[in-house]
Amino acid sequence: MAKKLITVTVNGNKIEQAVEPRTLLIHFLRENLNLTGAHIGCDTSHCGACTVDIDGQSVKSCTHLAVQCDGSEVVTVEGLADKGVLHAVQDAFYKEHGLQCGFCTPGMLVRAYRLLQDNVNPSEEQIRAGMAGNLCRCTGYQNIVKAVRHAAKTLQTAKQAVAA
Amino acid sequence: MNSPLNDRKAALMGMGDSRLRKEDARFIQGKGNYVDDIKMPDMVYMDIVRSPVAHARIKKINKEAALAIPGVLAVLTADDLKPLKLHWMPTLAGDVQAVLADEKVHFQMQEVAVVIATERYIAADGVEAVSVEYEELTAVIDPFKALEKGAPVLREDLAGKTEGAHGKRYHHNHIFTWEAGDKAKADVAFSAAEVTVKQDMFYPRVHPCPLETCGCVASFDPVRGELTTFMTSQAPHVVRTVVSLLSGIAESKIRIVSPDIGGGFGNKVPVYPGYVCAIVASIVLGRPVKWIEDRVENISSTGFARDYHMTGELAATKAGKITGLRVNVIADHGAFDSCADPTKFPAGMFHIVSGSYDIPAAYCRVDGVYTNKAPGGVAYRCSFRVTEAVYLIERMVDVLAQDLKMDKAEIRSKNFIRKEQFPYTSAFGFEYDSGDYQGALDKVLNACDYKGLRVEQAAKRADPNSPTLMGIGLVSFTEVVGAGPSKMCDILGVGMFDSCEIRVHPTGSAIARMGTISTGQAHQTTYAQIIATELGLPSEVIQVEEGDTSTAPYGLGTYGSRSTPVAGAAIAMASRKIHAKAKKIAAHLLEVSENDLEWEIDRFKVKGQDAKFKTMKDIAWAAYNKPPAGMEPGLEAVHYYDPPNFTFPFGIYLCVVDIDKATGETKIRRFYALDDCGTRINPMIIEGQIHGGLTEGFAVAMGQQLTFDAQGNIQGNTLMDYFLPTFVETPKWETDFTVTPSPHHPIGAKGVAESPHVGSIPTFTSAVVDAFSHLGVAHMNMPHNAFRVWQQLQASGVKS
Amino acid sequence: MIPSVFEYHAPSTVSEALSLLGQYGDGAKLLAGGHSLLPMMKLRFAEPAHLIDLNKIRELSGIREEGGVIKIGAMTSETALIDSALLQKKIPLLVEAASLIADPQVRNRGTIGGDITHGDPGNDHPAITIALDAKFILVGPKGERTVAAGDFFLGTYMTDLQPEEILKEIHIKPFAPKTGSAYCKLKRKTGDFATAAAAVVLQMSGDVVSSARITLTNVGPIALHAQAAEQALVGKPLTDASIAAAAAAAMAICDPAEDLRGNIEYKTAMAGEMTKRAIRLAATRCK
Repeated sequence: MAKKLITVTVNGNKIEQAVEPRTLLIHFLRENLNLTGAHIGCDTSHCGACTVDIDGQSVKSCTHLAVQCDGSEVVTVEGLADKGVLHAVQDAFYKEHGLQCGFCTPGMLVRAYRLLQDNVNPSEEQIRAGMAGNLCRCTGYQNIVKAVRHAAKTLQTAKQAVAA
Repeated sequence: MNSPLNDRKAALMGMGDSRLRKEDARFIQGKGNYVDDIKMPDMVYMDIVRSPVAHARIKKINKEAALAIPGVLAVLTADDLKPLKLHWMPTLAGDVQAVLADEKVHFQMQEVAVVIATERYIAADGVEAVSVEYEELTAVIDPFKALEKGAPVLREDLAGKTEGAHGKRYHHNHIFTWEAGDKAKADVAFSAAEVTVKQDMFYPRVHPCPLETCGCVASFDPVRGELTTFMTSQAPHVVRTVVSLLSGIAESKIRIVSPDIGGGFGNKVPVYPGYVCAIVASIVLGRPVKWIEDRVENISSTGFARDYHMTGELAATKAGKITGLRVNVIADHGAFDSCADPTKFPAGMFHIVSGSYDIPAAYCRVDGVYTNKAPGGVAYRCSFRVTEAVYLIERMVDVLAQDLKMDKAEIRSKNFIRKEQFPYTSAFGFEYDSGDYQGALDKVLNACDYKGLRVEQAAKRADPNSPTLMGIGLVSFTEVVGAGPSKMCDILGVGMFDSCEIRVHPTGSAIARMGTISTGQAHQTTYAQIIATELGLPSEVIQVEEGDTSTAPYGLGTYGSRSTPVAGAAIAMASRKIHAKAKKIAAHLLEVSENDLEWEIDRFKVKGQDAKFKTMKDIAWAAYNKPPAGMEPGLEAVHYYDPPNFTFPFGIYLCVVDIDKATGETKIRRFYALDDCGTRINPMIIEGQIHGGLTEGFAVAMGQQLTFDAQGNIQGNTLMDYFLPTFVETPKWETDFTVTPSPHHPIGAKGVAESPHVGSIPTFTSAVVDAFSHLGVAHMNMPHNAFRVWQQLQASGVKS
Repeated sequence: MIPSVFEYHAPSTVSEALSLLGQYGDGAKLLAGGHSLLPMMKLRFAEPAHLIDLNKIRELSGIREEGGVIKIGAMTSETALIDSALLQKKIPLLVEAASLIADPQVRNRGTIGGDITHGDPGNDHPAITIALDAKFILVGPKGERTVAAGDFFLGTYMTDLQPEEILKEIHIKPFAPKTGSAYCKLKRKTGDFATAAAAVVLQMSGDVVSSARITLTNVGPIALHAQAAEQALVGKPLTDASIAAAAAAAMAICDPAEDLRGNIEYKTAMAGEMTKRAIRLAATRCK
């Protein structure tokens, strides 16, 4: 089957590759680009371990084709840190013990990153609803909620500092 | 309190410190290294052809169409494995299991053939192209029906065998009978009893469902004759031994590596056919072979848990003192007995079933049965069959309380093993190490205002307009973990010790290598904390490595809450060997006798002289560069720890639920969990483990169940149906603790991660049933999903 | 789980999509959000030779008000419905229903048109659009035609959409002042289909119900329009008795399939309960 040439910007890097149309985005990222942060947990778009950001929206990359990303900007967990400085959500997951086995963590982080762009100061209820597409088997979510609140505070403080 | 001593202690970030996790840096940056992240040059991919039916004879397997697909390298069936004698493999339970279905399939989704291809996608295409002709046989799903006289013979390979790995088989679908306790004594207690109660209960088949499925990368190097396999295993050393025995390759030429593991919960203890096939394929092709399950395969074919049909009986006085316990279990083990239990215990540690109570006479019997379902019977976040046992006794105590119209808390107090009775030998022969059950119970009842809750409940019951039924669950559980003393516990003859090797480097950092493997428990952090306190070196500079059989000392792995009780003890003992040598060196450096030295946090000092000291860091340098005359240089030690006994963590859990009278939905209003795991190494990590265990317990109690239709088709094997609660459904947890160290453990630690799973499940049932108790309901089977609870609402005549 | 091989087409106009559809016929499938189709393809329950991705067709997305009608492009995502100030104000039922579908990521991709045309009785938009008396604009090689939501759903996975047609727009009249609506959905967990759900659109004239629309999700082979339930309310004051009568009438038309969510009796009872709750909630919103 003919491959399609696609151009995708992944974590700021412009990528041009020919892909088989049936290539799932998660496999394109993991196999072709060696970005193995996002994982496959359920294959049916229930667990969110494969969550990445496409053009400013959280998407489950196990249920998305790489060819659909032609011309898009994709951000994965590997793209959250800025020149070696952790993003506030990464730091907060560490500080609040928001992870255990780590398998769901990349998807959680990318989702939390987007949630806090859409809502800078979410309530606990909003965090729980906004993160409900990501499953974790280890933490019971309580510390992840704490981590997202922690990150929200950090981001707001940073914003105020810039404004001042 | 700030003081130089406290500052020095704090700098170590040792035991008791909620230090942040050392493993997080890689996980939060997407740099974990899980099995599917591993790529090797020339690697190919394996996928599995599985049976669509539960019980059938294989008439023909047509490979040609698959082999014709460009990129498909091989299709292997049982016939291809026969010459290697690998078409069947031994299980941990002393049975055999088909690696690939040999003439017959025994459960839906059983492995029938494997396809190896140059790409993952082509392997999947190859699986679609393999056609298999089946002659369907009657499937047997119900273990009671399996034991009927005319039931079909499920395991034809065992035909005529009246003796199994665990003694007599009385029926062709019977696996074993296992008994514990004293039947005659228990029978006497029952015939003399003032009161007896009896309750049937079913603990449904569930699946641990870690977020990462199982998989491996097997790489056989034909030139060197060496096999390296990266796999999702909670017990890599045992796998190496099994692979060596199966393949004939020397253990020294086999390297099993468990890299980062995305959760295990018991699911990653067994050796699965997929691993064996990938290894065989790699040997046949001389190339690395990757196999990664999908979620449907994981839920349908790998280690399930529970599936216990239990009957409990209690004998008691009218005043509520329990005088006897009898338990009978029909255990559905599926098509092959591949339970992961210590070999001598086909029902694991089920005989912890007398619980936290001083019961003078007790007896239990478990009969294992074959059915046309996937094999397993793993310990899902618990020590072997402890969850089932705790569930049974906690339910029975509630049933008795209700029969006697006694309060749940009162009946527990009346029957607790008292603090001064420890060490306490149970009627089943366990020697409980330590506990203070009443103290813990009092703490929880006060914290939750138990009396106030009962008053509120009475008011709700009296109000016909209340839209909800209120239930209060209470459980006082005791676990047995840390398997185990090798005089009792082995797996395939390998004693269940664990091990630690510590090397202190000249500049005062150290590396520890372990026989366990973290699946999220943060061993790299907590083990380093034990060493930090034992040796006075900062946990920050102590590296912990596990999971690689080529570098780590032999250990039995991580399951059954054994890491801290067994490996944690090995760490302390290895540390103490180093400590003893360090003391000699310090005495030499300070030119005093060892008896003149005392240990203080991070240093040996001359007694009473704060200024005359050598830190462990100083000593490390000296150990390599100027050891005392006649002493061999270096500062390292190995310890293999064979525990003298199990440990017995306990806890008191209280749960308040509100049940919607119209829909049957149950809202967890409050869940209060007090755990006593003995000495606490890292409170932050303990709390995280408890949150996770409670959440898994919630999932089991409220929604998880693997069901099958009459033909043996598994239902609900995707995450659409199989209940993994999200952020929204998961309750908020309150945690508390008491500390009763284990007297026989070097640091007094008992293990914690499984308590919340074991303890919470009966608590949810206790709460849901309590909501109906005024209507005469004594027990309800799990899962307590809205549909099932609604059925009880109808049966009890509750009007919304 | 890997889909089988297919050819991928990403037309940028509806006419281009129609011509591809005409060219490949039965071998083609339209790809909207993909959260039903791609899992089916990964499980190899669906193996189309051609996948026509509608995501690049701009004219299929967007929400606008035109001539007193709200027009929603079929490829408008659930998230866009939820975020739409226009819908929040003028058809809040659609916003409420969309926010109860799946989870945030799935709602980012899932579209109203995909949800409707899949013909799955578990999907929410069929009942919602029937409750809203929506009109579907279908476009085919011979031009456009309009079908009322109530006439569109023919059976499980069967709709009036012809193989050569595409659903282009959904047209809905904004709520008249003082219209109250509610969607009550019982589900096992986030991301699940409804065990049973009820949509209610209510208008009150003083204490008396002047009009009512009641529809049900996932308790029959298609979304159900509970007309007898509506009649139990209209022209009467809203009382416990009238609500109970409406619920009983709704239950009377239920024909659910038994599955892990519950048996027929439970699902039917829950359809009644959700109907009651939605009526009460809608009534409180008639302000």
